[in-house]
Amino acid sequence: MAHGFAMEKRVTFKGMWLPLLLIAPQIVITAVFFFYPAGQAIWQSLFIPDPFGLSMQWVGLGNFEFLLKDPFYRASFVTTAIFSTLVTVVSMGVALYLAVLADRLIKGSGTYRTLLIWPYAVAPAVAGVLWLFMFNTRVGVVTWYLGLLGYDWNHVLNDSEAMGLVVVASAWGRVSYNFLFFLAGLQAIPKSVIEAAAIDGARFWTRFRTIVFPLLSPTTFFLLVVNIIYAFFETFGVIHTITGGGPQQATTILVYKVYSDGFVGQDLGSSAAQSVILLVIVSILTVVQFKYIERRVHY
Amino acid sequence: MAQQDGMVEKRGGGLWLTHLGMIIGVAFIFFPIWLAFVASTVEQQAIVRPPMPLLPGDKLVENYTRALTSGVNAPVAMMLMNSVIMALGIAIGKIAISLLSAFAIVYFRFPGRHLFFWLIFLTLMLPVEVRIVPTYEVIANFGMLNSYSGLILPLIASATATFLFRQFFMTVPDELAEAARVDGAKPMRFFFDILLPMSRTNIAALFVILFIYGWNQYLWPLLITTDPSMNTIVMGIKQMFPSGDDTADWPVIMATSILAMIPPVLVVIGMQRLFVRGLVESEK
Repeated sequence: MAHGFAMEKRVTFKGMWLPLLLIAPQIVITAVFFFYPAGQAIWQSLFIPDPFGLSMQWVGLGNFEFLLKDPFYRASFVTTAIFSTLVTVVSMGVALYLAVLADRLIKGSGTYRTLLIWPYAVAPAVAGVLWLFMFNTRVGVVTWYLGLLGYDWNHVLNDSEAMGLVVVASAWGRVSYNFLFFLAGLQAIPKSVIEAAAIDGARFWTRFRTIVFPLLSPTTFFLLVVNIIYAFFETFGVIHTITGGGPQQATTILVYKVYSDGFVGQDLGSSAAQSVILLVIVSILTVVQFKYIERRVHY
Repeated sequence: MAQQDGMVEKRGGGLWLTHLGMIIGVAFIFFPIWLAFVASTVEQQAIVRPPMPLLPGDKLVENYTRALTSGVNAPVAMMLMNSVIMALGIAIGKIAISLLSAFAIVYFRFPGRHLFFWLIFLTLMLPVEVRIVPTYEVIANFGMLNSYSGLILPLIASATATFLFRQFFMTVPDELAEAARVDGAKPMRFFFDILLPMSRTNIAALFVILFIYGWNQYLWPLLITTDPSMNTIVMGIKQMFPSGDDTADWPVIMATSILAMIPPVLVVIGMQRLFVRGLVESEK
């Protein structure tokens, strides 16, 4: 970004009030709905409300100290790590597999692309409802057929089945997005490079491992960051529709916990402190993403 | 197998295996939606006595009519309208304020320009999920709960759109602004007559992405629309499930899920080229 920012227009218009007026809507919205609430979150994270909710008591970093010692919060951290890793690996793995196949096809890859990209438009919450329907303990089709095979599916009671279901439902719609980027990345690799390796006798798997995958690494790295951000923040709808964070807290990821502690549990100090921790996480991820983009711009 | 034939070209059995792999992938993507569609065309009895059929029934018109006109808590037609207003409001609003601020940043020198630019940049780090409780309080204090402005305004500032337009304006030849200035054209004339028409493709590509972003919002409408008549369709589906042990009205819920997918899916398929471009551009 720093690189792009240094560029300036040679020809500009005169005036001071007009540009201020033009930029005002964006700045006002940003100040009122972004910076003020973020500031509030930081400020509130330093207090706890008294039991009657009449006044706030200054606790400094007490909320943070408490959170970091709280076994439920630590469990939620671990849950988030497992969940995001699985969502990222599953959605990127399936997408890469399909993109490699589509790239091999000379005819028809456009048709497959059309067939594969539109689930991008399906909201995570709707994806959640679709998968909940298939695995519903009473009426789910998949549950019923699993029952025939002698497997008793019950994500309402079983922790790992609940996790598996929210992971698959979150990864499902995401395959489209990753597929598009992987396919574009694969098609950008010069065919001559791969043909040269083929003439040298390198088999498909060897070519993929030694040439294609390394050349694809900028795309892979970019998708890695973007998918982690997705898994952290945008999967709320999936969790809320399928498990509601349960059973117990088995699928309570950090974003879900901010919501349930803040709105359901009314524990404002703790919820605000959790917001601040998320703020730090998302800032780090954004910086990593931009560092990478800057590097790519400088190529 | 294609792996063994050594060359990059695919033929014979390898080609078939490749198609087979693709078809399995496409089936995995389609299966949940197919089931939802089937469930939206049969009667409740066919679903609650598993296994449900895998081919559509004859209750399509009945189920969709029931969903649209009465729904469970509110008619789905109403929730669809709320979603359309929210998605359009977010997409058009983001594009409008971003165009204006990018124009100001690129074409003027004014005090605080760099500061404003960085303030806009920082919003990238503040997704609504991170600031839900205090943002909710702001909206509540403004009396904007259960209102369209409450649904739209907190999501309307966009660093991504501002950057995209800024990048694009930087590539517009200086001669155009020069000529406009020599002709004595006012800055806003230049903006509306030259810059805006030139940005058409960028605006359209961004519109596709932002419309879907707005349509698919879940957490925010869940918090601020307590009145069922203000629910958006994406967040309203979950509200259609009974809280106790009662059986959910599956045909209507699945019809609603299908209805919730149609508008954004149509936008993606109908504007595929722009969509792919918008996605790749806005993530760069």
